[in-house]
Amino acid sequence: MDFLKLSLFEIKQKLESNEITSEELTKMCFNQIKATQKLNALVSTCEEFALSTAKKVDQKRKNGEKLGALAGVPVIIKDNINLEGTRTTCASKFLENFVSPYTATCAQKLLDADAVILGKANMDEFAMGSSNENSAFGPVLNPVNQDYVPGGSSGGSATCVKANQCFASLGTDTGGSIREPASFCGVVGLKPTYGRVSRFGVVAFASSLDQVGVFSRTVKDNALMLQVISGEDQEHDMTSAKMPVPNFVENLKTDIKGMKIGVAKQFFDDKLNSEVKQSLENALKFFEQNGAILVDVNLPSLDVASSAYYIISSAEATSNLARFDGVKYGFQAQNFDGIIDLYFKSRTQGFGPEVKRRIMLGNYVLSSGYFDAYYRKAKRVQKIIQQEFAEAFEKCDVMICPTVATTAFKLGEKTDDPVAMYLSDIFTVPINLAKLPAMSIPCGQDKKGLPIGMQIIAKQWNEQAIFDVANFFEQSTKEAK
Amino acid sequence: MYKVVIGLETHCELKTSTKCFCACKNQFGGEPNTQCCPVCVGMPGALPILNKTAVEYAIKAGLAVGCKINEYSVFERKNYFYPDLAKAYQISQLEYPLCVGGGVEIEVDGTKKFIRLDRIHLEEDAAKLVHSKTGPKVDYNRGGVPLIEIVSMPDLSSAEEAVAYLKKLRSTLLYLGVSDCKMQEGSLKCDVNVSVHKEGEPFGTRTEMKNLNSFSAIFRAIKSEAKRQQEELEKGNKIVQETRRWDDVLGKSFSMRTKEDAQDYRYFPDPDIIPIHVRPNYVESISKQLPKMAQERAQIYVNDFGLTEKDAVLLTDDKYISDYFEAILQDFNEPKFVCNWMLGEVFKKLNALEQEDTEILISPQNMAKLLKLYKSETIGQSVARKLLDELWGTDKNPEEVVKEQGLTQMSDTNQLEGIIKAIMDENPKAVQELKSGNNKTMAFFVGQAMKKTAGKANPKLVNEIVQKLIK
Repeated sequence: MDFLKLSLFEIKQKLESNEITSEELTKMCFNQIKATQKLNALVSTCEEFALSTAKKVDQKRKNGEKLGALAGVPVIIKDNINLEGTRTTCASKFLENFVSPYTATCAQKLLDADAVILGKANMDEFAMGSSNENSAFGPVLNPVNQDYVPGGSSGGSATCVKANQCFASLGTDTGGSIREPASFCGVVGLKPTYGRVSRFGVVAFASSLDQVGVFSRTVKDNALMLQVISGEDQEHDMTSAKMPVPNFVENLKTDIKGMKIGVAKQFFDDKLNSEVKQSLENALKFFEQNGAILVDVNLPSLDVASSAYYIISSAEATSNLARFDGVKYGFQAQNFDGIIDLYFKSRTQGFGPEVKRRIMLGNYVLSSGYFDAYYRKAKRVQKIIQQEFAEAFEKCDVMICPTVATTAFKLGEKTDDPVAMYLSDIFTVPINLAKLPAMSIPCGQDKKGLPIGMQIIAKQWNEQAIFDVANFFEQSTKEAK
Repeated sequence: MYKVVIGLETHCELKTSTKCFCACKNQFGGEPNTQCCPVCVGMPGALPILNKTAVEYAIKAGLAVGCKINEYSVFERKNYFYPDLAKAYQISQLEYPLCVGGGVEIEVDGTKKFIRLDRIHLEEDAAKLVHSKTGPKVDYNRGGVPLIEIVSMPDLSSAEEAVAYLKKLRSTLLYLGVSDCKMQEGSLKCDVNVSVHKEGEPFGTRTEMKNLNSFSAIFRAIKSEAKRQQEELEKGNKIVQETRRWDDVLGKSFSMRTKEDAQDYRYFPDPDIIPIHVRPNYVESISKQLPKMAQERAQIYVNDFGLTEKDAVLLTDDKYISDYFEAILQDFNEPKFVCNWMLGEVFKKLNALEQEDTEILISPQNMAKLLKLYKSETIGQSVARKLLDELWGTDKNPEEVVKEQGLTQMSDTNQLEGIIKAIMDENPKAVQELKSGNNKTMAFFVGQAMKKTAGKANPKLVNEIVQKLIK
């Protein structure tokens, strides 16, 4: 039996029934990581730490001790999440040799649940990108077809799950960085409500939009993972919300009768690839046939969301990345003459081109004389988009749209055209601006065999509705196969 | 005739037990980099948590100077690169500060004046650059310490007023107990804005001098800058808006940077810190807890102790002095007598020491003992003064010192008569003068008697004996 192909829940059961030990499983995962090394999904592994954790969990199980919800399950985290004693590079030359002095809350929660962390996933540098081609350590290849990009910025986190290197992974999503790679690689990827998961220890890109989320092979796996990493982090993150964490798994509904699904025409315009459009329409039809009610909703300001997003996220990124100055830690240029030269050379040599582009954009929109015209206006647009979503959710329980207008593109196809690259995010970015939860789940494939992703959006704190709809779809389509 | 316009930005470190945005200790001194964590050294991924006590202290300060406390307040990032700024931005406030308005009343040469405040906001301190033989080093212990910036309106019109304003602010903050206000340790610092203009004309261009950390530096810097600007204008030159560095040793300021190369701080709301909502009933509860301030104490000194208003104000100006005065009264309840001693001898001593931060190096208990000896005429005034010097910086018991050194006042009439007779025999001329009605000569005899008795002669008795002998 190929244990590595099982879902998280299935492997949990195998571990519980002692069909396999965590140590054996962990070793299998490392073999798989080596066998699929070409995908370049990971920046680093922590084999020793993983094996010692696995052995401890096995021992605990033997002793009949109480075990966490993820006991012995191998997982991977994105390389912008601090884990004490491991390198946290953010796929940047700047942090190539940076070893975390502390552990992020979300990683700690995985450890507290007895999960086995295998390593750190490759990504676009500082989470800026939509193809994972901006990594200082080389691009990640799409496991479905290696000529294609896996999406970004959490390309490594999506790939490692699809390539059976682990059973679930953590990524971060600022404008689509979980959902877009989930769509391109054909896995389940959730960006929770902003504030659901603590950001403490997660290297910030745009603090008001960043959110940690989960990649998995099934919806139910995703729900369990979210349950584990969620919750207020009073001591470390003021933006983590004081909201109860529901038992998403137990609450999963088995039917969707009477559920109202909102469809906004703005998501289905001419730019949409016809195969993607067809696939989404089929899915909507399926929901309707199973008792859901389709409702037209309107999001008139959707077309300006991307502009607002790039202004706000770049402004925050400029400030968040200013601490990388070559003084305290990380990359330091050689042969500098004075402090200004040290800053200049370290940052020039340490950052990649996309990061520099965003830093320049961010400084521009915050600078004196431009602040009102750009930053303040973008924040107003954000408010309007939030209101439009709030009004739409008065009429429906969830909204459904494509995750991305296309399927995965070829490596190198868009690297010379940043604007075309930015357009990969047009359906995902508004969700971050509105601070809503959204998931991408596979809903078909194109003629080339590349996965198509469906995005399910809910109102704040209602991840449960997303899990319900997604689980129903996943289970029904699995049976159909 | 030129008018001088001055505005002050006063930075005051709050003495909370922990830092503004993390759980590290807020304590002066300490081995370098022993009071820091991923948050205050700006590690990737670390996030700030606002210290509620810092907010409470800032609100206290605001209430004490009559500010309006904003119900909605926002922290912003002030972005600039400097090695002492770990995150390359300082968490501060711009658009929505905690406190706005208010003001303090000052008095210079008997004239009272109200100095309006623009605002008080809360922010974090930067770390400290330490210059060592192997090059510059950064000590992050101070990084992230909470401080309030108190911004005055340009209502001050002389260096004297500026210093009076600062002393009033310092006194208020000390009474509140929210800061140590130790200028030497840098817990109170000032940025000074100065401009000059001719009467009837609009305000002139201002210059700024940063980080002045003593009253005398502030005083001299303002005088010097106002003079420099007047001279420039007299020469027909324009004043350039710029930041200047005050060199206290040379007594001169130097241009640092002009407006053109001024930093663009690119302020924007800090997305890591949720805006704070200060509820009116919270403000009210803080307001009820405010301690008695200088004015209230002075009122008590006048009403209950019978001190003059002037003396009461002098004693309460500095909380330290007032606390010390009240501590003496615990052991020796003679307010008027203690007041005279404090305002006379102790103030003279403190003035001579020229400390920036007042400190009386004798315990109030020992001071009370000393004063008991003095009041009961066990010792005379000159011995009392001598003891003040001798006990300073020690914890010697004055009763024992008097006993050991035999400093008890000489009040034996026969013994004193013998000594005075001898003095008269040696100075017939002085006796003649006294007899002829020159009362000033009396001082000579008292002085001589003191000399012969090592200051122990009871001056009152000496006076009486001399009067008796020349009859």
